[in-house]
Amino acid sequence: MQYGISILLSGISLGGQYALIAIGYTMVYGILRLINFAHGDVFMAAGLIMVYLSASLPIGVALPLMILLTVLLGFAIERAAYKPLRSAPRMSVMISAIGVSYLLQNLATYITGGLPQMYPSLPGLSSQITIAGTSTKMVTVITPFLVVALVVVLTQLINHTKIGMAMRAASRDFETAQLMGIKINNIISFTFVIGSFLAAVGSALYFTNYPSIVPLSGSLPGLRAFVAAVFGGIGSIPGAVVGAFLIGLSETVIKSSNWSVFSDAFTFALLIIILVVKPTGLFGEKSTDKV
Amino acid sequence: MLQEKKSKRGAWIALGCVAALLILVVVLENTMQPTSMLFTVLKKGAVYALVAASLNLLNGFTGLFSLGQAGFMLLGAYTYAILTIPSADRESVYYLYGGSAVNFSLPELFGGGTLGLILGVLAALILAGCVAAVIAWLIGLPVLRLKSDYLAIATLGFAEIIRAIFQWDALGPVTNGANALKSFPTFSSFNIENADGEVVLRLSTFVPFLLVAVCIGIMVLLINSTYGRAFKAIREDEVAAEAMGINLAKHKRMAFCISSFFAGVGGGLFAMFANQAQAKTFTTSMTYEILLIVVIGGIGSISGSCIASFLYVAASEWWLRFLDTETYIGAFKVPFLRTGFRMVVFSIIIMIVVLFFRRGLMGDRELSDVARSLRARLSGKSKKKGAAK
Repeated sequence: MQYGISILLSGISLGGQYALIAIGYTMVYGILRLINFAHGDVFMAAGLIMVYLSASLPIGVALPLMILLTVLLGFAIERAAYKPLRSAPRMSVMISAIGVSYLLQNLATYITGGLPQMYPSLPGLSSQITIAGTSTKMVTVITPFLVVALVVVLTQLINHTKIGMAMRAASRDFETAQLMGIKINNIISFTFVIGSFLAAVGSALYFTNYPSIVPLSGSLPGLRAFVAAVFGGIGSIPGAVVGAFLIGLSETVIKSSNWSVFSDAFTFALLIIILVVKPTGLFGEKSTDKV
Repeated sequence: MLQEKKSKRGAWIALGCVAALLILVVVLENTMQPTSMLFTVLKKGAVYALVAASLNLLNGFTGLFSLGQAGFMLLGAYTYAILTIPSADRESVYYLYGGSAVNFSLPELFGGGTLGLILGVLAALILAGCVAAVIAWLIGLPVLRLKSDYLAIATLGFAEIIRAIFQWDALGPVTNGANALKSFPTFSSFNIENADGEVVLRLSTFVPFLLVAVCIGIMVLLINSTYGRAFKAIREDEVAAEAMGINLAKHKRMAFCISSFFAGVGGGLFAMFANQAQAKTFTTSMTYEILLIVVIGGIGSISGSCIASFLYVAASEWWLRFLDTETYIGAFKVPFLRTGFRMVVFSIIIMIVVLFFRRGLMGDRELSDVARSLRARLSGKSKKKGAAK
């Protein structure tokens, strides 16, 4: 029973962390129709930035600075690697995203010298507490609430502000939105800023549960979060959150069973099943192909 | 009629060039130091050329964006390794599982010796391709209905699933779990030795070149056939191609299976190059590497893929090595140079190609097109000169 509760708790918390990454994927896909393969590596970079900042600065300064730098990184990636390819075929943009991911990983290997970096313990997140007889870290409890709060703020932003309206317009139809006087480049940059912000918050929560970061630690969580986004219906924020919680839960359950080798395989099997049975995901909108 | 004659002449020229290249490789290998970095690059480059060409067949010629190549290479590498490990070595390779479940070895079935080795390796490589193609057919049933980036992510997912299955403990007696398979015949097994065990004629670079040349030749023939034209039509416009009477599902499935076949053969060759087969080497980043080679060479150009794979392997393994070692000029320490800097420079170069030279080295032209346009330009110039006189 206690074992069950502890698995449930860590599953929900992992799901929440995936949700924060998945939102970044789903928003970028919604507007640019691009799988941003570099998003998982931005998430990893946020972790590394935190490691280096916290070495010289107090946590209270390092944390906001880390979020700011990650946002700048996401913004810079969009401007440098995706904006020049705006009119190129979709495949080129995707290849560019793969190139950025490769670059970030190699850069991280160079800077860290390939050694795992200890993640600093954040006060308030790493402390132990006991719930229903099982001891766990504070972050496990905080994550779901923080995720829900952030998602509520985000949906308010998208549904009730001017810039949110512009984002919705851009995701419907790129060119028409431009004709309506929307500065499309600013909207896309703003989307990347939000995505990177959430990835930065997610990385602080995620890496607290792990002792160290290596340059590749972003790629698998990134892929899982992407699966979550597809599962929930890509382009839909509530869908991404629901999908992420499901993926997080199933991953922890499988990891604790005898089938732990297959935890990633299961995630991808889920992806393929949903793509074949219902390609639009749980909450996705149906799109029609035009000749 | 004229067209036919011309293309026949072109084919003979191409064949001659390949033969000359093969002879050059043999001569180089028997005159230079066998430990030279050049041969590692040539061997790995040849293997990557095959896999890149197979990915190009799918991405560049049929317009199916697949990211599953590493998975098919893994299937090929394991099939090759499992079928060719000598029976005597099986006990030691599979020591964790108390021996292997597969108790025969193809080179021995063919009678051992040189002939047995050649036939056994060939049969194992072809079977490696077939296994990859059959699995590709199965995967293709659900996946090929998907479009562009969904297809990419689904094939990537399948590659990861395949990798997980091969690392599964329960399959240990066949796949050796997460451990490496080794002791099977490699490229150096083809060096001809005399009675004292001294190498008389080195063929360890020639063999991969020959095999890869044959495979790529088959692919080029395929691309120039009616099937190849159907693939290109699908790439340009699916709806229009269907309206012209091309069976979309059939041709897509065919392209996927053929590409996977050659990826499987390439995987077998990769195992021969690396002297071992281990599931953890065939990760998504390997697919990315191959995809980047295709992009650098030009999407839709087989000769571009070949040139790019040699350049890529040479740059990453050989020419840029100096970036990884700390260097002093007098007392001055050159900044930035230390382990890992090579890959940073390398990925920046790749980003520059992707962003600013999107057509890659060759665009969608082949070497023969380049030669033809050069010749046309030269003869055009001489004609103009004649007119001026």
